[in-house]
Amino acid sequence: MDFSTFLIQSLNSVQYGLLLFLVAAGLTLIFGIMGVINLAHGSFYMMGSYLAFALSPMVAEAFGGGLISTFIIGIVIAIILGYILEWMFYSYLYERDHLQQVLMTYGLILVIEEIRSILVGDDVHGVAIPEWLSASIQLSEVMTYPVYRLFISGVCILLALAMFFVLSKTKLGMMIRAGSVNREMIQSLGVNIKFLYRIVFAAGIAIAAFAGMVAAPVSSVYPGMGQGVLIICFVIVVIGGIGSIKGALIASLLIGFIDTFGKVLLPEVAGVLVYVFMAMILLWKPSGLFKAGS
Amino acid sequence: MKGIKYSLVALAMVIPSAFAQSQPPLKVGMMLPYSGTFAALGNAIDNGFQLYVKEQGGKIGGREITYVRVDDESEPSKATDNINKLIKRDNVDVVIGTVHSGVAMAMAKVAKETGTTLIIPNAGADIITGPMCAKNIFRSSFSNSQPGVAMGEVAAKKGYKNAMTITWKYAAGEESVKGFKESFEKGGGKVTKELTLPFPGVEFQALLTEVAAAKPDVVYSFFAGGGAVKFVKDYAAAGLNKTIPLVGPGFLTDGTLEAQGESAQGMLTALHYGDNLNIKRDNEFRLAYAKQYKLQPDVYAVQGYDAAQMLAVGLKATKGDISKKDDFAKAIRSTKFDSPRGSFTMSNANNPIQDFYLRQVVGKENKVIGIASKSLADPARGCNIQ
Amino acid sequence: MKKSQTVFIAILFIGLMGLPFLGSEYAVDWMTKTLIYGIFALSLELLVGTTGLVCFGQAAFFGIGAYAVVKISADLGAPDAIYLLPISMLLAGLYALFVGALSLRTKGVYFIMVTLAFAQMAYYVIHDTPIGGGTDGIYLYNKPLLFGWSISSSLEFYLFTLGCLFFVFALLGLITHSRFGRALSGIRINELRMRAIGYETYNYKLMAFVISGMIAGLAGYLFAVKDGFVNPELLSWHLSGAVLIMIILGGLGHLRGAFIGAFAFALLEEFFRSEAIFGSFAKYWHLGLGLSIIFCVAFLPRGLFGIPSIWQSKLMGTKNSTLEDQE
Repeated sequence: MDFSTFLIQSLNSVQYGLLLFLVAAGLTLIFGIMGVINLAHGSFYMMGSYLAFALSPMVAEAFGGGLISTFIIGIVIAIILGYILEWMFYSYLYERDHLQQVLMTYGLILVIEEIRSILVGDDVHGVAIPEWLSASIQLSEVMTYPVYRLFISGVCILLALAMFFVLSKTKLGMMIRAGSVNREMIQSLGVNIKFLYRIVFAAGIAIAAFAGMVAAPVSSVYPGMGQGVLIICFVIVVIGGIGSIKGALIASLLIGFIDTFGKVLLPEVAGVLVYVFMAMILLWKPSGLFKAGS
Repeated sequence: MKGIKYSLVALAMVIPSAFAQSQPPLKVGMMLPYSGTFAALGNAIDNGFQLYVKEQGGKIGGREITYVRVDDESEPSKATDNINKLIKRDNVDVVIGTVHSGVAMAMAKVAKETGTTLIIPNAGADIITGPMCAKNIFRSSFSNSQPGVAMGEVAAKKGYKNAMTITWKYAAGEESVKGFKESFEKGGGKVTKELTLPFPGVEFQALLTEVAAAKPDVVYSFFAGGGAVKFVKDYAAAGLNKTIPLVGPGFLTDGTLEAQGESAQGMLTALHYGDNLNIKRDNEFRLAYAKQYKLQPDVYAVQGYDAAQMLAVGLKATKGDISKKDDFAKAIRSTKFDSPRGSFTMSNANNPIQDFYLRQVVGKENKVIGIASKSLADPARGCNIQ
Repeated sequence: MKKSQTVFIAILFIGLMGLPFLGSEYAVDWMTKTLIYGIFALSLELLVGTTGLVCFGQAAFFGIGAYAVVKISADLGAPDAIYLLPISMLLAGLYALFVGALSLRTKGVYFIMVTLAFAQMAYYVIHDTPIGGGTDGIYLYNKPLLFGWSISSSLEFYLFTLGCLFFVFALLGLITHSRFGRALSGIRINELRMRAIGYETYNYKLMAFVISGMIAGLAGYLFAVKDGFVNPELLSWHLSGAVLIMIILGGLGHLRGAFIGAFAFALLEEFFRSEAIFGSFAKYWHLGLGLSIIFCVAFLPRGLFGIPSIWQSKLMGTKNSTLEDQE
């Protein structure tokens, strides 16, 4: 591998890592703050992609198009959906053990996947990249790099910054952090913890759906797409330390590098590498690189 | 007098029904993916099969057809149970299925052991018409290596010297690449590197960078479904399609063009079916299918349709008695099938010997622009049917 | 062994012995499969129900047991279960030793995820490397004999499986009532206290892990021989999830529960897939299955096994804990 190829591969790694972070961020938020293992997280990612697919023609008709307006409408829908789902299903899970959380959310995967099949069918769909982002940059003699991928990376970085800011600098963030440490205490201080959790959950779902929407133009939209990212996102959350946004970010980037270079240098065992890496990290630090709150 | 008249009427009523009774309906077990990633393919096969039966007035070989359906979920660990359910519980006379090769392999095993007739309308695992072949197992589609071989011939003829291949690390992809490599190198080319990524991963950027660094004359790739859409889009987004042509088996662009849009334009693929074939048989088929289902048919629908044709040919020769295995198989092997894909015959391993078309993506169609390989047979290594 | 359990097993065993004579060949096959899943569920019950370790990668041991048969018997003309079965179990046990030794250093959610990661690792090794012999799966060409005697009919194999199930029941029954088993229960309830009174809890847990892996390997062996075909999907996380559902459906903390759960799960699947009941909607059968799983978790946290005690407490007006019924 010559140097310029190495640089391009590094760019690929960072870009892939950031995309993974986008999905994993919502997961670690729900996981760390509310203590719920949400296996259905990948399904919300898929839902986001399908939303982008279904909404973009409608938005085009109503407002004459626009990627950003599609995103905003999609996010609003996802927040409402997350709010309802929390009330219907997840609110039962806080006091339960992890096993029951795993099972209930496993059941939700099946349900969501079938509802998708009933509503939109099982075909593969594409979502067009908007005009103003469709350019590309010449990287090497024959290879170009689509601007939209850079746009995704930018969005991911913005989201990471926003999450840091909200969680560590605002009053809402303070309440959320306090609630994750001691639920009863914060409730006795007059904070409506139920409502707070519902908001956090809705936000987590919205982030996952948003990830799906942003990724839709490059990844296309197809059944079962959520399950592909699900396991890898769990790996990221666990490596990073449950509930840690910083940990998730660093773990995403590490996984991005391992996956990218693994495919190129060790294709025979590329599938195994990520899991070996996770096992090694956990042997070294049994609760991930960054524990929540630190 | 009146009594005789009544009994005659009664007799007249009894005879035809007694006649019909002697040929009970034929139970067809459809074991296809009705849910999950391959659901669209399963439904197309089912539709195609039903269309042919309907065209024959609901009867083939003089027998009414009834269906028993099982969703195989493309899940190999449940495959043996699912086919057992059809054969042992529902006592079906023939099994049609399936899309996923792993599931089809488990099905072939059971079919071979129980002697039940099995017609495979898609799954291309080479082993099924290789070491696992049997006289009661037929395939109406292709073997995985076939489209690869056809494309390899075309690539070599076009004067490409070195090629790279990209596929998932799984059997269907590897067999397809093997087929391509075989005929491409026979034609004087050289496959310089075989890239793979874990199934069903869709992060291709790293491998595309490898391609860009090596600059081969041509890239052959095998992906299907969502992976195919994303790969073709990523390949174009990386600008590679301008300098290094991307070719593949037809699955790369079949049923996916709506999603792939611009990025697939001009691509060459090889398959035993395509749009704008302009054969009378195909035009009729497409019209009937569109009328019936309000959908455009695809290659999977054709494979389902031909599975029904095969069953019909076998049943006709045995006068509806599917238990006459030898006559059934002999009839199928000596027939020239008049299929929407053009005519084909069956090899001694019960796999179609068929033309593979060279197709080019134009708009939302895989337009047939010529023949990639004429009457291509599966090598069927390791098969010996008595 | 508690009396109620012994009675249950005796009745069950006699009932299952007689069952195939009533049903068709398919029914026998279906029963065999369900019994195998019963064994598989029992293996996990030892970890989750008894020791309190939620393993989300049990399918790896199942799959290794299955692959071991196929790979080892490939070169032998007429392999015999008498050595093939122990070897398969041993290989599954070895992997369990490796996974357990490492993953038991972590706790709670991390343990769940690490076991999942190790299972995925095994999955990709089988799926991607030449060791696995292909992603579409491989055939078992030489069916193992049993003491030189070939098990050919499905009825015979059913009885053999039933024997294995009975053996596992008895073994686990003995284990849970031994000193060792009580120590495992102690670990589930309060590990710190167990350690404080001098138990090397890590070793106990590791031992349980290996035994569990070996039993899962036994189930895998039976599965491979029954189908004559193995596929990487036998190691997938979906199967690990399914077997977790079985034991919670039946009711945690009871050997019987695991078995009942395996049965109930198989029946649920059959029910929702039945075209006779749901017509064309049967193709969306995952919906029904998913909803029942959610329902079960929400309203039957103690599983089917807990239903009688819920009724009891409703009727008597007392809260009758199932804890005293713990085996």
